[in-house]
Amino acid sequence: MARLISRGFLGRRRPPEVEKRLPPGQYLVTDFPVLSAGPTPHTPLDRWSFRIDGLVKSPVSWSWPEFQKLPTETVTVDISCVTKWTKLDTKWRGVTVDTLLKGVEVDPAGQYVMAFSDGGYTTNVPLNELINGQGFVAYEFDDKPLPPEHGGPARLVVPHLYFWKSAKWIRGLRFMDRNDPGFWESLGYHIHGDPWKEERYSGD
Amino acid sequence: MAALEWQLGTVTTIQPETPKTKSFYVALPKWAGHRPGQHIDLRLTAPDGYQTQRSYSIASPPELSGQLELTVDLIQDGEVSPYLHDVVMQGDQLELRGPVGGYFVWDVTVGGPLLLVGGGSGVVPLMAMLRHRAAQHSTIPARLLYSCRTPDDVIYRDELNQLAGSVAGLEVLITFTRQAPAGWTGYQRRIDAAMLNEVITPFGTSARTYVCGPTLLVESVANLLVGMGLPADRVHTERFGPTGS
Ligand SMILES: Cc1cc2nc3c(=O)[nH]c(=O)nc-3n(C[C@H](O)[C@H](O)[C@H](O)COP(=O)(O)OP(=O)(O)OC[C@H]3O[C@@H](n4cnc5c(N)ncnc54)[C@H](O)[C@@H]3O)c2cc1C
Repeated sequence: MARLISRGFLGRRRPPEVEKRLPPGQYLVTDFPVLSAGPTPHTPLDRWSFRIDGLVKSPVSWSWPEFQKLPTETVTVDISCVTKWTKLDTKWRGVTVDTLLKGVEVDPAGQYVMAFSDGGYTTNVPLNELINGQGFVAYEFDDKPLPPEHGGPARLVVPHLYFWKSAKWIRGLRFMDRNDPGFWESLGYHIHGDPWKEERYSGD
Repeated sequence: MAALEWQLGTVTTIQPETPKTKSFYVALPKWAGHRPGQHIDLRLTAPDGYQTQRSYSIASPPELSGQLELTVDLIQDGEVSPYLHDVVMQGDQLELRGPVGGYFVWDVTVGGPLLLVGGGSGVVPLMAMLRHRAAQHSTIPARLLYSCRTPDDVIYRDELNQLAGSVAGLEVLITFTRQAPAGWTGYQRRIDAAMLNEVITPFGTSARTYVCGPTLLVESVANLLVGMGLPADRVHTERFGPTGS
């Protein structure tokens, strides 16, 4: 199909150093939009826990105070939402999946992970895209506790995938032997979700 | 699943809805249908190949075949909405793909009672639901609670009046947050717990609710609905921005 030029459209250009950090079809925001399919859950910290289960030798679970004692890292990353916005240099503090998996014996067949959250949200990520510093469970944003509408008390952050993979209100990781689709992945969104390949919807 | 292909549509009609909102009817020969509440992705391309995309809800019901209605609010310093408002003319082509979104959808097979809560342009996907309900001659009880700043800001005003007066089981309740029409006896404040309570009372906690609009409105309404005992999976939300922080 001949490429359409939108008559009279020039677009808003960004400096090249910004432009090259924007994945295809994305635009820059400086605020922090909120997207979720339903209401924001508010889980009291004394009832919060984080669990690793599924195809593991023995499931593990941390209470909030226990989770706070785990070693953390602070990272500054760019994030891209499938609804088209990209935010540069977001600063998070949290516990890497590598740290969480120390002492967990994963069944060799457990190559896929389903992140699960308060409110029933789920999203699938292959294990090899969560380890080696690629994924972490964050509870601070910009040096402050993560607000509920942005996924607090804690959310998964997997910055190299569209942000729906960064499950808000996360409560655990479940190991699976198949790449089962999570919530949005069952509703027409891409099973993988790489913004640089523009994997927005299934079939992309 | 087959990929969602980009397709070219032709703008057939542009209709002002309010001083800052316009509807665009786009003829799409290859449109495969949608469910009320879904949206499309619009892609604009500049002569040098620069592209940007935005999402717009589909205002028309599935029953209107061969074309889609999109209703766009003008964001003064925006990249895309001023282009649509000030540059696009009848006969222009627009590139889009869809339908997108499988959760913020309602059709008569979902059932009711149906409570729709919208703020500003958040009424757009809710209108698709109401138009579909009317086209299906459905009698599922339905209420729309629509928050507007002033009488000038009521999108689809005439059609809402006409629907409310003519189809069975539908009530349209508008609340004006800045300025109400002279002699207005309805709500005149932001949506709060007392207002939601009144509106939802005939339906109780079995209502299926769809909340769409600016993030702050959606956050507060969704939290209130859950606080009133609605199961979270009956509260569907769509947040358009702006985002506040
Ligand atoms: C699923 C979905 C459906 C949508 N459906 C509709 C629809 O039916 N009709 C519609 O008009 N819009 C809709 N939107 C919003 C739309 O996608 C664009 O964000 C909007 O048109 C602004 O784009 P822009 O390029 O003009 O502004 P941008 O250049 O993207 O933004 C310019 C400035 O305006 C602010 N801003 C962005 N959006 C808004 C807003 N809504 N109100 C106030 N300030 C804002 C931004 O933060 C920024 O500072 C929808 C968004 C989503 C995610």
